[in-house]
Amino acid sequence: MAALVALGLAFPLVGHRLEDSVNGLSLGYRFDWVAIGVAAVFFGRLTIGLLGGVPRIAAFDRLKGLRMDWLGWVLAAIAIALPFLPFADRNLIDKATLVLIYVMLGWGLNVVVGLAGLLDLGYVAFYAVGAYSYALLSLYFDLSFWVCLPLAGLFAAGFGVLLGFPVLRLRGDYLAIVTLGFGEIIRVILLNWQSFTGGPNGITSIARPSFFGLVFSADPPEGRMAFHQALGIDYSSLHRVMFLYFLILALALLTNFVTLRLRRLPIGRAWEALREDEIACRALGINPTTTKLSAFAIGAMFGGFAGSFFATRQGFVSPESFTFIESAIVLAIVVLGGMGSQIGVVVAALLLIGLPEWFRDLQLYRMLVFGLAMVAIMLWRPRGLLSHRDPTILLSEMKR
Amino acid sequence: MSAPLLTVEHLSMRFGGLVAVGDLSFTAPSRAITAVIGPNGAGKTTVFNCLTGFYRPSVGRLTLAHAGQTHFLERMEGFDIARKARVARTFQNIRLFPNMTALENLIVAQHDTLMRASLWSIGGLFGLAGYRQAERQAVDRARHWLDQAELLEFADVEAGALPYGAQRKLEIARALCTQPVLLCLDEPAAGLNPRESADLNRLLLAIRDAEGIGILLIEHDMSVVMGISDHIVVLDYGQKIAEGPPAAIRADASVIRAYLGEPEDSA
Repeated sequence: MAALVALGLAFPLVGHRLEDSVNGLSLGYRFDWVAIGVAAVFFGRLTIGLLGGVPRIAAFDRLKGLRMDWLGWVLAAIAIALPFLPFADRNLIDKATLVLIYVMLGWGLNVVVGLAGLLDLGYVAFYAVGAYSYALLSLYFDLSFWVCLPLAGLFAAGFGVLLGFPVLRLRGDYLAIVTLGFGEIIRVILLNWQSFTGGPNGITSIARPSFFGLVFSADPPEGRMAFHQALGIDYSSLHRVMFLYFLILALALLTNFVTLRLRRLPIGRAWEALREDEIACRALGINPTTTKLSAFAIGAMFGGFAGSFFATRQGFVSPESFTFIESAIVLAIVVLGGMGSQIGVVVAALLLIGLPEWFRDLQLYRMLVFGLAMVAIMLWRPRGLLSHRDPTILLSEMKR
Repeated sequence: MSAPLLTVEHLSMRFGGLVAVGDLSFTAPSRAITAVIGPNGAGKTTVFNCLTGFYRPSVGRLTLAHAGQTHFLERMEGFDIARKARVARTFQNIRLFPNMTALENLIVAQHDTLMRASLWSIGGLFGLAGYRQAERQAVDRARHWLDQAELLEFADVEAGALPYGAQRKLEIARALCTQPVLLCLDEPAAGLNPRESADLNRLLLAIRDAEGIGILLIEHDMSVVMGISDHIVVLDYGQKIAEGPPAAIRADASVIRAYLGEPEDSA
C-alpha cells in the first residue's frame, strides 16, 4: 500500500529529469531510481509491519526522565569557548552565529507559543520590524547600533501590541491565520513603500556595530580608534566575526535569562494558566487581554532585537529575508524542541539550521534528510524533543 | 441578621426567545451557606454565570455589599468581578490548569496580589525583596488551603494527574486563594462518593465558620444540600418556586412536585 503511494509520488518527481543536451533542454527518464525508491519503501514498511509498529528507541524514552539542568550549562560553556577552539574557523563561527540568531528567535517565539499558547505564524514580521527599524534609524538619523537596539526592540513590541489588540479575541486556527496575514502585510509594505524602505532593493551599507566606540576595520575613519589598535594586536577580519558571535550569544542568553525569570513571576504563570484554561483565568481575576498582549509584546521585542542584529550582521536588509518560510522555520524549532522548553529550542535550532548548513556539500540530499529527520522526530517524539515541563515552584523546596 | 452580602433583584436572562431565568430575586448573607437547587435545566448555572460576569443579564440588579463598598456586578467585566468585588467560583466541569502543579494552581489564583508586589513584573525581574516576601506569603496561603483540603501531599503533583475528588477540592482551594467574600460553588459534590462528599461538607462548614464568607451553592446531592445549607432557593424553569430553611423546603409541596412530578390522581 505504502509502496503504491511512493510509486505515485516518485514517478513524476524522480522519474523525470531535465537534461542539458545540444539542442536545448530535453526530458530524461530514470525509472531505475523509481524502482529502487519504491522497493525501499515496500521493504521498510514490511519490516515495520513485522516488528509490530514503529520500534520505541530506548534512548529517546530515557530523555524523558533526564534532568536537563546540567545540559544548559554545558551548552553555554561550549558556546562561549567555541571561537577559541583550535578547529574554529571563520566559516564555523559564521554558522554558529546563524544558529544563535534562530535560537534567539525560537526563545522569543517560545514566550508566545510555548508559554502563552498563542499560535503565531507571523513572527517574522517582528524580526523584520527590528531589522528595518535599525536600518532606517541608522540611515536617516545616523544613530549607532547600541542606541538602535533598544529602540528596535521597542518598535517591535509596539507592533506586537498593535497586532495584539484586534486579534486577541480570536483563538487557535483563527489567530494563526490572522498572524500569518500580518506577517505578509509587513513584508508587502516593505516591498512597496519604495521611497522609504527602498522596496525590493532593500537598504544597503548599514553601519556596523562598534565595541565601546572601537570600530572593526583595517583603517578606521578619522577620529575613531580601531579595535586592533586599542588592543595592540594585528588586524584580522576574524575579530569582527567573533565580536558578532559574542554579541548574538549575549543577546540570546539575555533572552533566555529574562524568559526563565518571567516564567517564575506571576506574569509567566498567568501566561501558562491562560494557555491551559482561559475561562478559569477570568474567574480568578486575571485580565486575559492585557496578559496576552504582554506575551505578544515581549515575544515581539526579542524578535526585534534579533532583527536588528541580523541587519547589522548582514549590512543589508531586503524584504526577501522576511518571507513566511522564516516564520515557519522558527515555529518548527519551537514545536520540535518541545513547547516551552528552552533547551529544546537550542537542540532543535542546531538540528534545523545547523545540519542543513553543514551538509551544504550534499546539496541535493539535504532537504531529503531534513524531511526524514522531521518524520523520525514526529514518530518517536511527537511532543517535541524535550517536552518535559519543570514546575515553576515546588513546595518541597520552599523553606519554612 | 445584618445587611445581606449579595442581593439579586429581578434577575432575568433571555437567550433569544428562551427565558433561562425569569424575574428572580433572593439574598445571600455572609457567614452562611445558601443553596440554589432545582431540576436539570432550571437555570441554576445561568444564575452563576450572571453573577460571575460570564453572561450579562438581560434585566436585573446584582448588588454585592461588603466592607462599606457596593459593587453592581451586572456592570462589571468578568475578571473585575473576581478581582475587585471578590466573587470566586468553581465550575460544574472542573477547570483546573492540568499541566501545572497543585501549588502553581493556587499561586496563579493570587495573581493580582503578586502582580502588584512584583511591580508589574519589573521589580520581580530584578529580584526585589518585596516580591520575594509576597511570594512567600502566597505560598503560605496556598499551603494553608492545601492543608485544609487535605491535599498537602499533592502540592507538587500536576493537577491533571490528581484523583477526581482531589481535583474538586483543589478547585475550591484555588477559589479560596483569591480571598473571596462570596464563594460560588457549582455542583462541588458531583461525582464524589459518599465519604468524599462528607469530607466536602466538613470543609465547607469550616470555611463558613472560619472565614466568615458567604457561600452560594448549586447542588443535586441532597445529603450535601440538606446537611449544610442555612437557606435554600428552589428554581424550576427559571422561576423561584420556594425559598426557606432546609426543613421547610423538604416539606414544601411545590418543590416535591417539581422534583417528582405531579401525583397521578391530581391530573
